[in-house]
Amino acid sequence: MSQPSSVEEKLDHLQHHFIDSDQQFEASKLGMWIFLVTEILFFGGLFAAYIVYRAWYPELYLLASEELDVFWGTVNTFVLIGSSLTVAMAIRSAQLNQIRGLIINLWITIGLALTFMVIKYFEYVEKFEKGILPGAHYSYEGIAHEKANIFFSIYYMMTGLHGIHVLIGIGLMIWLVFKAKKKVFHSGYYTPVEITGLYWHLVDVIWIFLFPLLYLID
Amino acid sequence: MATNDESKNVRKLQVKRFKPEENPEKHYLNQEKGLWAWMTTVDHKKIGLMYLGSITFFFFIAGVLALLLRTELLTPARSFMDADMYNQVFTLHGAIMIFFFLVPSVPTVLGNFILPLQLGAKDVAFPRLNLASYYIYVVGALFTLFAIFTGGIDTGWTFYTPYSSSAAGGNIMAMTFGIFILGFSSILTGVNFLVTIHKMRSPGITWNKLPLNLWGLYATSIIQILATPVLAITLLLLTMERMLSIGIFDPAIGGDPVLYQHFFWFYSHPAVYIMIVPGFGIISEVISTFSRKVIFGYWAIALSSLAIAFIGFLVWGHHMFTAGQSSLANMVFSFLTFLVGIPTGIKIFNWLATMYKGSIDLKTPMIYALVFLFLFTIGGFTGIMLGALAVDIHLHDTYYVVAHFHYVMMGGMVMAFLAGLHYWWPKMFGKMYSEFWAKITCAIIFIGFNMTFLPQFVMGSQGMPRRYFNYIDQFQSFHQFSTIGAYIMGVGFLIMAAYMIHSLVKGKPASSNPWGSRALEWQTSSPVPLHNFEHTPVIINGPYDYHKPMSEFQLGITASQHAHHADKPVDISTQEKEQA
Repeated sequence: MSQPSSVEEKLDHLQHHFIDSDQQFEASKLGMWIFLVTEILFFGGLFAAYIVYRAWYPELYLLASEELDVFWGTVNTFVLIGSSLTVAMAIRSAQLNQIRGLIINLWITIGLALTFMVIKYFEYVEKFEKGILPGAHYSYEGIAHEKANIFFSIYYMMTGLHGIHVLIGIGLMIWLVFKAKKKVFHSGYYTPVEITGLYWHLVDVIWIFLFPLLYLID
Repeated sequence: MATNDESKNVRKLQVKRFKPEENPEKHYLNQEKGLWAWMTTVDHKKIGLMYLGSITFFFFIAGVLALLLRTELLTPARSFMDADMYNQVFTLHGAIMIFFFLVPSVPTVLGNFILPLQLGAKDVAFPRLNLASYYIYVVGALFTLFAIFTGGIDTGWTFYTPYSSSAAGGNIMAMTFGIFILGFSSILTGVNFLVTIHKMRSPGITWNKLPLNLWGLYATSIIQILATPVLAITLLLLTMERMLSIGIFDPAIGGDPVLYQHFFWFYSHPAVYIMIVPGFGIISEVISTFSRKVIFGYWAIALSSLAIAFIGFLVWGHHMFTAGQSSLANMVFSFLTFLVGIPTGIKIFNWLATMYKGSIDLKTPMIYALVFLFLFTIGGFTGIMLGALAVDIHLHDTYYVVAHFHYVMMGGMVMAFLAGLHYWWPKMFGKMYSEFWAKITCAIIFIGFNMTFLPQFVMGSQGMPRRYFNYIDQFQSFHQFSTIGAYIMGVGFLIMAAYMIHSLVKGKPASSNPWGSRALEWQTSSPVPLHNFEHTPVIINGPYDYHKPMSEFQLGITASQHAHHADKPVDISTQEKEQA
């Protein structure tokens, strides 16, 4: 029998009901994956509403999507894809014990997420000024379709809910930065970074579906 | 601890027998004291008890509302409340019973308490999340109470548009927002249970040694995580409809109210399986324990729970046969609805086969299980009739539906819950209840239940519509019979409350395993120690192997890794030889 190895492992993070770090890590990761499934079903309701109304009024979608700015939509798509890359790099930094890199990558991700929200804000304001408001408050006359308000209701619901998810992601990552500065994370424990990253990728993927479905119809 | 014997190529695990300490002085109920310690506990057992208190409160409220309804229906015209009040009362009865009692009841109370015990785990995978989901439940409940006291709602528990999206209907926003919040509690519990079952099993608990209670909770959790988000988005859209008139469901601004019904039932049909499937799990445990017999058709019961969870997602359209669906959709939904009967039938027959030639011990939990079998079978068969297209056109929105639903939910799920509560009560509190009074109460509830709801089948088939405040004279005798039945049931539940409280205060101490069960939760002390087991349990037999000696069910990994420790480790293989 070999001697017990003398490699020390930091175990501050290990909760009492888990046997070891691996079990805790895998449990957290599985939990996040299951949560992401619920997120997909949550958005799934909106996608179903989108499909139903598009099937009923295909010409409405062609007309109404011309009001959306493809240029800024494309920019936002690249901004979010870029932030997915940086969050992946943040996880890599944590795995390699590079806490400085972790913090920098998190800050870049937060910056990109804020950029996304700012662009989204200007898109919204531009529409509000034209009178493109959800549902009964809709007063824009540039679209020759009586159901134009419903397209924009769906647009605001989908992008609005997505925006809330981006804001939650920003909050989580700010929390991660504080934790990282307190030296909580190291190569043996970076579970919160990993599962926040998973969440962030989902937010990104949802946008990748929203962008063509709303902006690129014609 | 596991040593490899290379020469024989046999793997030996050094385990020893841990006999549970009887009536320990320190246990989870008294180890941490004070209100604050309770409110901030992350212990799954205490959280389960907190849920038990909450759902009992809501069961009481909604039960009183039901008695008010039945009292009003004593006479064909107004008895003591006006029609608007009546609409509010039946809406609240339904909404509270379903969202605050039925959906959370088994998973959050018995599931929280028993699931980690049956896995031999110290806690669920995410204890803090578990506590959070309790408080989310409380916040949702507060919103609902706020809605009740600021105008109430009278839409029925289904919140159908366009009525619910119009100005009428009361404080629907607070109510739907409360249920929206509640949904997250349900989702987080589901996530927690799925991860716990996957990742926290003790050594030796393979998938085919998982107690059927856990298969039931597993299937339930899958429905919870897949269906509840759809309810969340539906209620969010409904809230937006009222706040901003987004026009997706409201026909006045171009929306489609039938789309709302599709969305709503996509959750709410699977939701009835959220309510009943964990009940199936309890019944499996109880029937096997009190028949002293290996469960018949283990995999058939386990997989039929998953089958019900799956088919449950494909049948929502049978709530909308009269809402203007295409006849093709109606036929497909009708056919799929019949399919649900198959896995349900498989379960019933396997339970009966388990009892066949068993050594049946008619203790209270077993009697509730038998009541369940009887009432649930009636509820199930009448459900098949409602799923038949032509019959449903006649019976739609009548008391027949009300009776069917109560036979399934109250006769099925509540009876299963009571079976489970009586079964695990000694484990939860370390006290026995009065077997005599428990059996009397069970009989009273059984009689009261049938008196209440059997006449409603007859009324419904004769055309008495549900949710009506007035009715024609010919139905009066049925309604009065039904009301008397409801009072009898009410008395039954009061007696139950009395003997349960008596048990807590003056009950005889329970042994660790009063039913002689082989399942893992009975191999630790009653009440349970704070960390469930003082050792890591090792499982070599299935949870229903009643033909094997008890000593093989109380094994755990030896605490020490040194062979010369004072507690001499036992080798399973040698021990098995001794027993044989």
